[in-house]
Amino acid sequence: MTVLALKRLRLTASERRRLLTGLLFISPWLIGFLAWIVYPLLASLYYSFTRYDLIRPPVFIGLDNYIDLFTRDPHFRVVIPNTFYYVGLGTPLSVATAFLLATLLNTHIHGRPVFRAIFFFPAIVPATVIAMVWKYLLNPQFGAFNAVLRALQWRTIPFLTSPALAKPTLIAIGMWGSGYSMVLFLATLQNVPRELYEAATVDGANALHRFWHVTIPFCSPVILFTLVTGFIYGFQDFTLPWLLTGGGPNEATEFYALHLFRNAFRFLRMGKASAMAWVLFVIIVVFTFILFRSSSRLVYYADAGE
Amino acid sequence: MSVEASVQAGAGMRRRKKRSLAWWLLQAGKYLLLIVLSASFILPLYWMAMSALKNPWQVYAIPPIWFPVPPRWSNYWEAWHVDNYNLYALNTVLRYAIPVTIGSVLSNAVVAYGFSRIRWPGRDVLFSICLMTMMIPWQVTMVPVFIIFKRLGWVNSYKPLVVPAYFANAYTVFMLRQFFRTIPTELSDAARIDGAGEFTIMWRIILPLVKPALAVVALFAFMGAWNDYMGPLIYINSTNLYTLTMGLARLSASLNQVGVKDLAYPYLMAVSTIVTLPTVLLFFFAQRTFIEGIALTGLKG
Repeated sequence: MTVLALKRLRLTASERRRLLTGLLFISPWLIGFLAWIVYPLLASLYYSFTRYDLIRPPVFIGLDNYIDLFTRDPHFRVVIPNTFYYVGLGTPLSVATAFLLATLLNTHIHGRPVFRAIFFFPAIVPATVIAMVWKYLLNPQFGAFNAVLRALQWRTIPFLTSPALAKPTLIAIGMWGSGYSMVLFLATLQNVPRELYEAATVDGANALHRFWHVTIPFCSPVILFTLVTGFIYGFQDFTLPWLLTGGGPNEATEFYALHLFRNAFRFLRMGKASAMAWVLFVIIVVFTFILFRSSSRLVYYADAGE
Repeated sequence: MSVEASVQAGAGMRRRKKRSLAWWLLQAGKYLLLIVLSASFILPLYWMAMSALKNPWQVYAIPPIWFPVPPRWSNYWEAWHVDNYNLYALNTVLRYAIPVTIGSVLSNAVVAYGFSRIRWPGRDVLFSICLMTMMIPWQVTMVPVFIIFKRLGWVNSYKPLVVPAYFANAYTVFMLRQFFRTIPTELSDAARIDGAGEFTIMWRIILPLVKPALAVVALFAFMGAWNDYMGPLIYINSTNLYTLTMGLARLSASLNQVGVKDLAYPYLMAVSTIVTLPTVLLFFFAQRTFIEGIALTGLKG
């Protein structure tokens, strides 16, 4: 190892010059990396073993924060299943919605740019505004949804105010805002070589076969990418649930990011929040690893030989 | 594009010969589905814009009113002055969005250049580290970063939100690098032989060639700042430093205290509409940039 490292360090004058130039160019990232990632990672690991309220200096308490989370904290026991429900169901549903919309747009239709713009539209609206609009639309007394139901003399639905419906409602709003992935999928679908479809047609495949055996395999790397980033961001989702339900009703939408934020900035439990953050980090790494591992046989890379 | 179009036209010709009833039904079903879906994607936002124009008696009407007659245009003016939204808008744009956009474009361009246009030992190792940082949830670094900014005395100012933008971020670097890699190396080599320094090559030759990519970066940075709620929520305390998103959340939290109680929802929807409007305009004028930018972030490196 040392020999290898030394050999690597034995650089020619030109290499050394290029190394310096390269480092100079990436120095903004390098400084940011050290200041806002490396140091905070280590510091947060240290804080996770302490009790720290920002006012008094941190007190080392060993594994207490972690033990507390898994054995004593009554909220954490709710937050974990909440988050897995929301992310585990919401992300695949959003990705599926985006993919089906893209497939629909990729057929031979007139006015594709218009429909694409419409489906993409909710994705650019600020999350704050989305929260306001849906809170109003779904209001049990005078929201448009329930007003329509009432006009039809049907029973009103407590979308956001019933613990059973709050999570599915948030998931549906997420599906409504899946325009980014749709655009990504549409770009991918337009790259599927036509020969593949033609060859499949010659072999006697119908539209459904072609979709299943040509379209899906060709798009599988992008589907995997979207799923992985969707899971990573899903675990960190904050603004929409924070403003729409505030974690309620009865903690039904108290997701990981909300609970962590509350601990850090409402209760000033920086140590416990750091412990929660590290648990989340481990969850995300494990999740990503499992997803890549289990999908390696399902995902098809066109240029795998390169 | 033209090849694709001609292939599609060819397919259309072939189909035209044997258009059956089933084909017409399929077409009708497809467009019906598209229209129903479009309606469900657009209606919530239509409802927002319409509700902003309602009179008090129209808000609670059953069945709901789809187009208020007469529209109460003054809601916009009144709602905007319920709180200090002029100040919040100025804060959002001048203190946050514009500085972040400038920093993001400059720093990411330079860093992406260093990761793609110069060959140096260790580059690819560092770049994979850079990519790996994308997996780290912001919560892990949130507490120590907050403490750093607190010690620097930067809490309750825009510095914690703006300064990091000048130090590049992995996602944008990745995207820009994809663009830089498409430019032939011969271009840089020729300039190097002529004795041009690396910075000159970047500034004079490469950056002008990737202007569309820089536009994507600028657009995403601006929108990110404009839409951000959590950043200001953590770092901004004084109301005279509020962003529009914070002002909107504040209005929603104090709905019952709004002067005219019956107009609370029209006011909320009016402010929501105004906050949405710039993003909509940006989207319509820069739709291509948006679409290309998203398509590019998903490509494999």
